[in-house]
Amino acid sequence: MLIRQPADIPSSEITSESNYLNRRQFMGAAVSLGVGLVVPGAAQAGLQPDDEITPESIVTSYNNFYEFGTGKDDPARYAHNLTTDPWTVKVSGEAAKTGEFAFEDIIKGLTPEERVYRFRCVEAWSMVVPWNGIELRKILDQFEPNGNAKYVEFKTLVRPSEMRGQKGFFSNIDWPYVEGLRMDEAYHPLALMVTGIYGKELPNQNGAPWRLMVPWKYGFKSIKSIVSIRFTRRRPRSTWEQLAPHEYGFYANVNPAVSHPRWSQATERRLPSTLFAPNRRPTLPFNGYAEDVASLYEGMDLAKYY
Amino acid sequence: MKAMPLKPLLALALSAPLLWLAWLIVVDVQSPGAGLGPDAGETLVHYLGEWSIRCLLFAFAISPFRHWTGMSVWIRSRRMVGLFAFAYVCLHILSYVAWYLGFQLSALLEDLVERPYITMGMLAFVCLLPMAVTSTHAWRRRLRHNWQRLHRLIYLALAAGLIHLWWLTRDGFAELVIYTLCFGVLCADRFWRRRQTMAAQATNA
Ligand code: HEM
Repeated sequence: MLIRQPADIPSSEITSESNYLNRRQFMGAAVSLGVGLVVPGAAQAGLQPDDEITPESIVTSYNNFYEFGTGKDDPARYAHNLTTDPWTVKVSGEAAKTGEFAFEDIIKGLTPEERVYRFRCVEAWSMVVPWNGIELRKILDQFEPNGNAKYVEFKTLVRPSEMRGQKGFFSNIDWPYVEGLRMDEAYHPLALMVTGIYGKELPNQNGAPWRLMVPWKYGFKSIKSIVSIRFTRRRPRSTWEQLAPHEYGFYANVNPAVSHPRWSQATERRLPSTLFAPNRRPTLPFNGYAEDVASLYEGMDLAKYY
Repeated sequence: MKAMPLKPLLALALSAPLLWLAWLIVVDVQSPGAGLGPDAGETLVHYLGEWSIRCLLFAFAISPFRHWTGMSVWIRSRRMVGLFAFAYVCLHILSYVAWYLGFQLSALLEDLVERPYITMGMLAFVCLLPMAVTSTHAWRRRLRHNWQRLHRLIYLALAAGLIHLWWLTRDGFAELVIYTLCFGVLCADRFWRRRQTMAAQATNA
């Protein structure tokens, strides 16, 4: 059994639902006083006054994880077959410490913290999730990347025997799923490596045993069930970029102003989105985290580097 | 097989998906999410889209069915099948306009111009529209053999509908391949039949 929470304090005691509400009220007050957010990376960074935590049952049953099938309910139906213990992670490339590491050794001594982030899918729906995780920079620092490391690339497990979506004859994805970040993006304090949600162990369908969470980018950047971390000089080509380069860029920053050939990104449906309460709202630049992350992209033409 | 009640059976079969959807909506109204899932709009658009393409293909398959089975009852049901398909397409579009676009006309115009798969879907709809409008006996009489000609729009409607689907599907192509194969087989059947009748006419002349 992997221990992913500080053993002595159940996180349900750290933050109850009503505390979220209180904090949201506090946030509202802080914003209206013009105080704004002081600490980037604080648990509630950029949470809007009307953001409500999405029910856990939705977050664990409505997933895009094509390794288990293309239907939104496929991951919840089939991911229980996945063996996540033992879990080995291969670290390679421009770093001092490379090799194969056991997942529990990597996260040993690092205490997951809780961050409530919005999660915006490129398909124009969104959620608000209490993630439990470790700042990505703290993970990456352990491997001591060198000056040549300009990008970091992640890969998802390939195991067709347990991931039925990888067997598909009618699939044109070239597994493994690949994603990447620029090093300064990866070292941004908002970038999180997630090991749990709602104070519980991360369910398989959400990317156990660990997954990325980059809240200012479209959801497909937040790669799940990671088995490889590689530091590189050259920009990796991510899976969706390979499949449809005109639709999915490397940066994939949430941006209502950049039109997408599939979905208008101007608005989003915040789940649950029901018949009489579609819960549609305008999409915010950088998914509402512009204040924290816009400086990463200063001087870049975001319409070109989408 | 004179008394075969094909038409009422077909009517029942074609309304079944709608009845099921109505049931899901009732469930969902009582307990939001229980019938249509966390994203009701997406569920509606996708469900109705799937039944649109299936019904259209079925309407297109009616005349080959007549030839293959030798039963002319099929032809008497053809108008109904076509109108069912049209109804599914209308509901598909309506759901999209309501839940994806929030009835915003400007968003619809933007989609029609900027998103080719929507343009293609609309082309399919525009092809279906005149067929639906002229489906009455009065129109049929008025148009005479132009009525038949008009109905060749079904080729274009199906082709555009399938392109709409190819352009919007990102992975998991199994069903799409099946639909496209069906269209191909049905087109090939018509092609051979035409060649045969033409050959027969040529020898008769
Ligand atoms: C003959 C006409 C049409 C047919 C047969 C058709 C069929 C379909 C099918 C099968 C799907 C996919 C459902 C799924 O993935 O499960 C779909 C999706 C969709 N269709 Fe259509 N459609 C037609 C016309 C239209 C028109 C005119 C519009 C809009 C003006 C439209 C908008 C959409 C949208 C927005 C989606 C969903 C895209 C997404 O969620 O990513 N369709 N359609």
